[in-house]
Amino acid sequence: MAISSPPSSYRQANPRKAPNGKGLLSQLPKIHVTWVVTAVYLTLMLFVPIVAMFFKAATVPPSEFWKIATSPIALSAYDVTFTTSFLSALVNGVFGTLVAWVLVRYDFPLKRIVDASVDIPFALPTAVAGLTLSTVYSQNGWIGSLFAPFGIRISFTRLGVGVAMTLISLPFVVRTVQPVLQEMESEVEQAAWSLGASEFETFWRVILPPLFPAILTGVALGFARAVGEFGSTVIIASNTPFRDLIAPVLIFQRLEQYDYAGATVIGVVLLVISLVLLIGINLLQAWGRRYDQK
Amino acid sequence: MTRSNLSQRKGGLAPKILIGITLLYLGLVLYIPAANVFFFAFRKGIGPFLSNLTEPDFIHAAWLTLLLALVSVPINTVFGLCAAWALTRNNNFPGRAFILSIIDLPFSISPVVAGLMIVLLYGRNGWFGQWLIDHNFRIVFAFPGMVIATAFISMPFVAREVIPVLEELGHDQEEAARTLGAKDWQIFWRVTLPNVRWGLLYGLLLTNARAMGEFGAVSVVSGNVAGKTQSLPLFVEEAYKQYQTEAAYSAAVILGLLALVTLVLKDILEKKTTIKEVE
Repeated sequence: MAISSPPSSYRQANPRKAPNGKGLLSQLPKIHVTWVVTAVYLTLMLFVPIVAMFFKAATVPPSEFWKIATSPIALSAYDVTFTTSFLSALVNGVFGTLVAWVLVRYDFPLKRIVDASVDIPFALPTAVAGLTLSTVYSQNGWIGSLFAPFGIRISFTRLGVGVAMTLISLPFVVRTVQPVLQEMESEVEQAAWSLGASEFETFWRVILPPLFPAILTGVALGFARAVGEFGSTVIIASNTPFRDLIAPVLIFQRLEQYDYAGATVIGVVLLVISLVLLIGINLLQAWGRRYDQK
Repeated sequence: MTRSNLSQRKGGLAPKILIGITLLYLGLVLYIPAANVFFFAFRKGIGPFLSNLTEPDFIHAAWLTLLLALVSVPINTVFGLCAAWALTRNNNFPGRAFILSIIDLPFSISPVVAGLMIVLLYGRNGWFGQWLIDHNFRIVFAFPGMVIATAFISMPFVAREVIPVLEELGHDQEEAARTLGAKDWQIFWRVTLPNVRWGLLYGLLLTNARAMGEFGAVSVVSGNVAGKTQSLPLFVEEAYKQYQTEAAYSAAVILGLLALVTLVLKDILEKKTTIKEVE
């Protein structure tokens, strides 16, 4: 603090107790400004809306709340949302790790472009993703037509929802695993290999264990993103209840019918689940860093 | 032995198969759908594409999207810089750890839930609803609500990119400037801002991409009236639902190009920041 006082106060014997108070006053209000802006903005934009939603939910009698939250249509919407998100996140857990591995370990033409393209789902508006996926995976689409002869429909079914969720959660696993793979010393692998481990054993026992926390974090992040996704999934799904209706779409439909209580109850359920997921992801990341201090 | 032997061992079939699977996977999920956007937009030639882009509803939607970004990006930049400064330059900031951990919250909340919260707060029956009606001011189903929704979902980017840079920089240069007599805003403009510029630009870029592309939260609060409260992503969905596939894809190309520009700039900025680390 003494160092950071303006030079004018150096003339004083004790700058902290400058009679004009310049030393302190010229800084404290400025610090306060950033504080105040941060606190006010977070309060207005984040805390008040969350509190308002919980208050709104509290005006619904508990028995009614429970009835809405566990109504058959809501239960089926949770099922579609979470099961499909989970499966998509798992698919990305496997293929995302593979993509990260290939990008870190091998050289091939256009590798830089492939690497950059992994971020497409972050940059591409989800409505565009939904639009093009529903065309490509429809019965007449470039990819959908390959599956149609086997009686497999993708667009406008749960499978399509899964494809959209896979696309939007694709970068998470790749981007969490990549840096860990880059840091990994290949000496350990070579040691394992020269001690007689097979390629499979080297991968399973030497490479995978340190990657595992990163893969799990990526899967959890992708899962959390997929659970909340609306733009791409609402376009590729037929949004039929009990078939491919996801929870965010159900909230949207309730709002369209001016059923605020119904929308709020399901919204609160979804919000609480996202908060739990967020805490879980933070714990996972802490677990992944547990050896960093050594 | 190490390198050459290792690469020899990897020179076999396995890398080729793994690269092949990777490209196939990315192709199915990313490249083919991305190519499809351009294919469908230009399927009937450049003429119909251009005429789609001169439709009044499209022009209004594009203009609205631009406006949304123009308002919400600066708001979030000011907030992000303030939050980053308050959290890194001020260790006795009350609730510092708490705020650090919740600053990412808007990313984990479903956009639809975000929109719902705004409707519950500013809608007719909301906390501020009666006050807004009395003062004849509309937020929900109007532009202000769309700005709030857009600002909400793109809130964390700037803070998130600037905080680590500020943390790494430390206070030394700022304190040197201060002992040399610089005022706080001078320190900010001449020392802090130049130092964090790449991180800040990176945050701005991501904020902008998210703001222009947001669909869920905006669609809940906007009411989605063509020519009035319809942003470009909403236009894409609406046109597709109305079987105006060409119009939908023409607008999608514009949003796709936005994503492309974002990725290219992102790549450039990433290189800038890594070069700085090497120095």
